Amino acid sequence: MMMEKKKYEEIVNKHKPKETRVQNAFIAFVTGGLVGVLGQFLVDFYSWWLHISSKDASTFMIITLIFLASLFTALGFFDKWVTFARCGLIIPITGFAHSMTSAGMEYRREGPIYGIGSNIFKLAGSVILYGVVSAWFFGLLRMIIMGG
Amino acid sequence: MSLTYLYSFLFAGFICLIAQIILDNTKLTAGHITSIFVIVGAFLDTFSIYDKIVNFVGAGALVPITSFGHLLTHGAMAKAADFGIIGLTMGMFDLSSSGIVAAIVFTFIFTLFFKPKD
Repeated sequence: MMMEKKKYEEIVNKHKPKETRVQNAFIAFVTGGLVGVLGQFLVDFYSWWLHISSKDASTFMIITLIFLASLFTALGFFDKWVTFARCGLIIPITGFAHSMTSAGMEYRREGPIYGIGSNIFKLAGSVILYGVVSAWFFGLLRMIIMGG
Repeated sequence: MSLTYLYSFLFAGFICLIAQIILDNTKLTAGHITSIFVIVGAFLDTFSIYDKIVNFVGAGALVPITSFGHLLTHGAMAKAADFGIIGLTMGMFDLSSSGIVAAIVFTFIFTLFFKPKD
C-alpha cells in the first residue's frame, strides 16, 4: 500500500513539475516582495521614530531583519519558512543571517572553536568571498576606465 | 510615498522570482545563486546603476543580497577616490560592516543560548 502510494505520487509529480515550478516562483515573488515592503516600512518607521535620515534608517532596517532572521532560526521555526518560501527568504538579507545561525546551531555541539567558530561562515563565507573579490575587481576596472 | 512600497514589493519580489526560476530549472544551488547575485550587485554599482535603482525603488532594493555587493563596491569606490588602489581595500567594508557584525554577534549569542530542537 505504502509503496504503491509512493509510486503513484512519484508519477504524478513527474507529470506536473511545471505547475510546482510556477507555484514556487510565485511564492518566492510574493514572500520576497513582502520582505521588501517590511524593509521599506522599517526604514520609514525608524526615520520617523528616531528622527534620522532614511540612509541611517536603512542600516537600522538591515540590522533588524538580520536580528529577526537569526532569532527565528535559533528558535527553530525559520527553517520551515525557508523551506516554504525558498528564494523568497534566501535572497533577502534574511537568508544570509539564516545560513550563519543554522550552521552555528548545527555545529554547536562540536564546541565554540571548531564547532561555532569554524562553521558559521560555511555558507555565508562564499557570499563574502565573491562579493569582496568581485567588488575589488570591478572597482579596479572602474578606476582604469573612468579614472576614479 | 505609497508608491515606494509598491516598487519595493515588485523589485524585491522580482529578484527572488529570478532566483527561484534559476534554482528550479538549473543545477545551481542556493549557494551558487546568492554568490552570483552578490557579484551582479557589485557589478551594477560599478557604474552607479544600482544607486539609481535604490533611489527609485527604496528599501526593496536594499533588502536582496544584490545590495550587499552594491555596498561593497560603493564603500571601496568612495575610499578609492581619495587613496587610489589602496583605497579599494580600505573602504570595502565601510558600508556593509554593520550587517556583517550584526549577523556575527546575533549568531554567536543565539547559538550559545538556544538549544537545537532535535
